[in-house]
Amino acid sequence: MPLDLSPIWISLETSLTATAITLVIGVAAAIWRANRRGVGPALLDSIFLLPLVLPPTVVGFLLLLIFGRNGPLGRLLSHFGATVVFSWPATVIAAAVVSFPLMYLSVRAALEQVDAHLLQAARTLGASEWRVFRRVALPLAWPGILAGTILAFARALGEFGATLMLAGSIPGRTQTIPIAIYFAVESNDLHQAVAWSLIDIFISLAMIAGTYYWTHLQNPARPRWTRASESRR
Amino acid sequence: MALEVQFEKRLAAYNLNVAFSCDADPLAVLGPSGAGKSMTLRCIAGLERPDRGRIVLDGRVLFDSSRGINLPSRERRIGLLFQHYALFPHLTVAENISFGLDSLPTVERDARVKRQIAQAHLAGFENRSPRELSGGEQQRVALVRALAIEPQALLLDEPLSALDTHLRSQIERQLIDTLATFRRPALFVTHNMEEAYRIATNLVVLTKGRVAAHGPKEEIFRHPPSLEVAQLTGLKNSSRARQISTNTVEALDWNCILRTHQSISSPPKYLGIRAHYVDFLEAASCVSSGANVFPCWLVRSSETPFRITLYLRLHNPPDGTGEHHLQAELFKEKWLRIREHPQPWHIQFSPESLMVLPE
Repeated sequence: MPLDLSPIWISLETSLTATAITLVIGVAAAIWRANRRGVGPALLDSIFLLPLVLPPTVVGFLLLLIFGRNGPLGRLLSHFGATVVFSWPATVIAAAVVSFPLMYLSVRAALEQVDAHLLQAARTLGASEWRVFRRVALPLAWPGILAGTILAFARALGEFGATLMLAGSIPGRTQTIPIAIYFAVESNDLHQAVAWSLIDIFISLAMIAGTYYWTHLQNPARPRWTRASESRR
Repeated sequence: MALEVQFEKRLAAYNLNVAFSCDADPLAVLGPSGAGKSMTLRCIAGLERPDRGRIVLDGRVLFDSSRGINLPSRERRIGLLFQHYALFPHLTVAENISFGLDSLPTVERDARVKRQIAQAHLAGFENRSPRELSGGEQQRVALVRALAIEPQALLLDEPLSALDTHLRSQIERQLIDTLATFRRPALFVTHNMEEAYRIATNLVVLTKGRVAAHGPKEEIFRHPPSLEVAQLTGLKNSSRARQISTNTVEALDWNCILRTHQSISSPPKYLGIRAHYVDFLEAASCVSSGANVFPCWLVRSSETPFRITLYLRLHNPPDGTGEHHLQAELFKEKWLRIREHPQPWHIQFSPESLMVLPE
């Protein structure tokens, strides 16, 4: 039987979309958190980090409660004729929720590492807060943000439990590679399980190679450094 | 052209409460570490918010708590040189300097950066990264970057402290020249009183968040208002004092009665004399006739290449505790002559060099 390749595209589309969403929300949350102290933000932190420590099946079950037919968001969406459960967006939601903590933690650490004096220097030079962020904080935090993005993408790509709970395993619609492997093994189709595993290994290796290439040749902080050491005498 | 500063800010260790003004002559803010010097600069630059008060620059209100005015840093037009320069490590020298000029058209911006680079003798460094520069070059780039925005006032936070000693005097010279052409309010923070004296015209002495002295530097060094300020200006010898008559005072810690030059208006609390004003009498004839002459013995000494500091005990030979009353500083030539004489030696507190401190 020829292999149905749809899990590859579903996995990639899901992971990329989920990563893009967590990148935007993660950076926004980290910026918001950077200027705040106190109990409220700290409590919110623990909610942000919950998906990292909870078993994915629990996360998936909670999402099912929220997005299910009687859940608060599910009921709201059904007013507009939309159902999330067992649809492709459900795979994205599950992947985004479980990968969010990794993105949030990395971006926060990266932004906190930027020397506050540099931001203050930019302000005394007349820069608006947006310019301070775009021209100083973001470029200096970039390696950390990139690392967070890679971690989040890897986590999204490997997501299984929450996806199965919320999106199920509908071939051609919600069946990602990890889920395809699980059901192949369950139905004793070892050839297919091996094929999917090899494809997953290939995607992962390609991703590592790509980021290595990117951080060493595209990252604005690095090439200048190498040029610097060369041009010294 | 004036910067008027008056504010209060509650800090963990004490209340910062300062009031002073600065015109086109450079003003040094002198004080021990932790006196609130840097915090004062940060409040003026708008990086910290005072609790109460008013900061006005050339009639422009930057901060006024009673009217709820607190201009953000970016609108204050105040150049700030950070202690460790805070150059953007991911930008080149030229990009660092042009950072504050993004509102200008490209042609004008490039021209101004070029001019600034030439003036600061940084030609050839345009495309370098800050980390490829020496400490002195980094300082110059940071100063040029702060001046590029044509600020209405310049604040320098310990501008020389991060430099090697051998570089410092050269960079200090350049800084004095830069401040001379700036001709707008310039404040610089230091804990080095000699540096403050060389660079500034006026002084603010800050101790524990309070202005302990404010005025022309010569005046403050000659007549410090308090013992604390006197010590910050380098006074090594002081004694508690009790007034005897209009021009005689008893120095309680030195156990002697001294004639003073100034006739005393308010009752003195302390007497002081700078270490290099302690005068050694070499001819025996002066000893009997002079005023304020006392015998002394050497407790110990400490040498630098050209000078020596003698720790002296008055009236009696050392008792073995190592305690001294006074420090005297003199050139080696004189020391070589004095040590030929048998002890006790005779020192004189000339009435003109005695400081009478009311608090």
